[in-house]
Amino acid sequence: MMRDRQKIRRKVTIWQVGRGVGHFVRAVIIVGICFIILQPLFTKLSVSFMAERDLYDSSVKYIAKHFTLDNYKMAIEGMDYGTVFVRTLLLSGGVSLLQLFTCLLTAYGFARFRFPFKKLLFGCVILTLIVPPQVIMLPLFMKYRFFDIFGIFKAVTGAPLNLLDTFAPFILQACFCMGIRNGLYIYMLRQFFKGMPRELEEAAFVDGSGKLRTFLQIMVPSAVPMMVTVFLFGFVWQWTDSFYTSLYLSNTKLISSSLSSLAVKVYSAYENNGGSMNFISPGFVSMMNNTGTILTIFPLIILYLVCQKYFVEGIERSGIVG
Amino acid sequence: MGFWKKRNGKWHLTLTGKEAVAGILFIMPFLLGFFGIFLPMIAESIRFSFSNMEVSATGYTLKRAADNGLEHYLRALTIDPEFNLNLLKGIGQMVVQVPLVIIFSFFAATLINQKFHGRAIARSIFFFPVILTSGVILGLENSDLLVQTLSTTGVSADEAQSMFGIAMFLSKYTNLPGVVVDFLTGAVNGIYGIVTASGVQILIFLAGLQSIAPSLYEASSMEGATAWENFWKITFPMISPIILVNSVYTIIDLFTNETNEMMKTIKTTIFNDVKYGLGSAMAWIYFICIAVILVVVGGLISRKVFYYDER
Repeated sequence: MMRDRQKIRRKVTIWQVGRGVGHFVRAVIIVGICFIILQPLFTKLSVSFMAERDLYDSSVKYIAKHFTLDNYKMAIEGMDYGTVFVRTLLLSGGVSLLQLFTCLLTAYGFARFRFPFKKLLFGCVILTLIVPPQVIMLPLFMKYRFFDIFGIFKAVTGAPLNLLDTFAPFILQACFCMGIRNGLYIYMLRQFFKGMPRELEEAAFVDGSGKLRTFLQIMVPSAVPMMVTVFLFGFVWQWTDSFYTSLYLSNTKLISSSLSSLAVKVYSAYENNGGSMNFISPGFVSMMNNTGTILTIFPLIILYLVCQKYFVEGIERSGIVG
Repeated sequence: MGFWKKRNGKWHLTLTGKEAVAGILFIMPFLLGFFGIFLPMIAESIRFSFSNMEVSATGYTLKRAADNGLEHYLRALTIDPEFNLNLLKGIGQMVVQVPLVIIFSFFAATLINQKFHGRAIARSIFFFPVILTSGVILGLENSDLLVQTLSTTGVSADEAQSMFGIAMFLSKYTNLPGVVVDFLTGAVNGIYGIVTASGVQILIFLAGLQSIAPSLYEASSMEGATAWENFWKITFPMISPIILVNSVYTIIDLFTNETNEMMKTIKTTIFNDVKYGLGSAMAWIYFICIAVILVVVGGLISRKVFYYDER
């Protein structure tokens, strides 16, 4: 009896030690991966506070010797940060809300109703996702440069409309589920709706609620976590998008376009003020890029932290199954 | 299915008919977008690739290209010195990267699916690449020499040496073929690229892991199954549809990434060199390659995929 108990105790301790080692290894791996992900962010942050000579000083690695905020001053000026920030905020916010709404409707339609050619049409959703935007880039450009619906504008004003350098192309595409990776959102939301129990809606139908009302009052409120996720994705991808931005807006600057031209702009402003730099040094370019990147992603990080709770919950409940 | 029924001499919608109409109304935004914007653009793009375009102030005119319109395709495939090379390079890179991304993201998802202290923080950091590596930021990072050197300063030489040492060790003491050794060392070297490419995939895998009913694990543990058996007999089959989804997504993501060499080539051909026809032809050849790869990969994986409830 005694011996048995000892044996059991020994077994338990061995098991506990094994589990402890397992936990330790897991912790090391998780911390390691987190480090890999965050390290470039820290590098950018530390570079953004350095004076240029710190970059060439091999004794400086992460912490600046000559701590300075000049980079931020220059970058904010060079990017025209205030105006550009508000403009990008309006565009990204508007576009992501619009596409969230249209994708919700479409996803619900695919999740709950039977209609002819449903599988084929859902295949079309996936198709919009896999055709690289570069393939239809040129026709899109041409379409919005010479925009017309059945020749109406040409008949009225004598020439087709030029929608370039306005927000119209972005808004049009968001209204019709053709924005950035909207196929993915439709897919995610459809999976979510499919996982919801049907009883809820049936009860509502029995009580005499119409289809649209059931959708708006019962399905949409319960899909909030997933909607936050889709909104976050849409916002982030619109915010950092340089493809459509550079395609449609050549004179109107958004965050992404002013970020990519930041270093050159700061340099030329410097020259104009009578300063002299013989050439744009790579160190300077990099410093500006890093500072600009921090300025660009800072609002996104804030948004992410705010949405984080919903975000993870939304993912947990989506239960995406092929 | 009967959508219509004659009653009292008039045609009425049946219940299925009403459902179909409601469904089509719900997906109307997508239908309009697909048939009003997407398909016409696709058709235009195909037309461009077979023609020469002249742009004027009020519009553009198209003329059929030489060689029965195939001029641009032939040019891209047989004359352009870099196109074929870049195309093959891109495909080769993808063959290496896709499995690594899938394996890593699955591993990461299983890790953060477990219960431990600070899980919420770990999760939010794991999804961080979705923000950090999108659009313009990734492009800047790849072109930024300083960050690249800073992240490896001081260790680069040692690191190269140690990588070489590991490769030597592996090939000396194990029987792994050279290809596998290269693959492994390449994976360790490119870990940052892999981690940053797998944000969305981790997310999709995590969602899938969450959707497996806990009762399955309970039942099998009652029967005395080990964690290892549980993984291969429950987790893996249940997650297999998601492996398919993720592979498809990863391939598309890597291929259509703005930093992709081919994407850059197409963009500069169209907008900097102003060769609309050639650029469109390149884009279509590229798309056909992606489509073929997707069909092959999809076909291979979906053979092994297990569907819990076949509906």
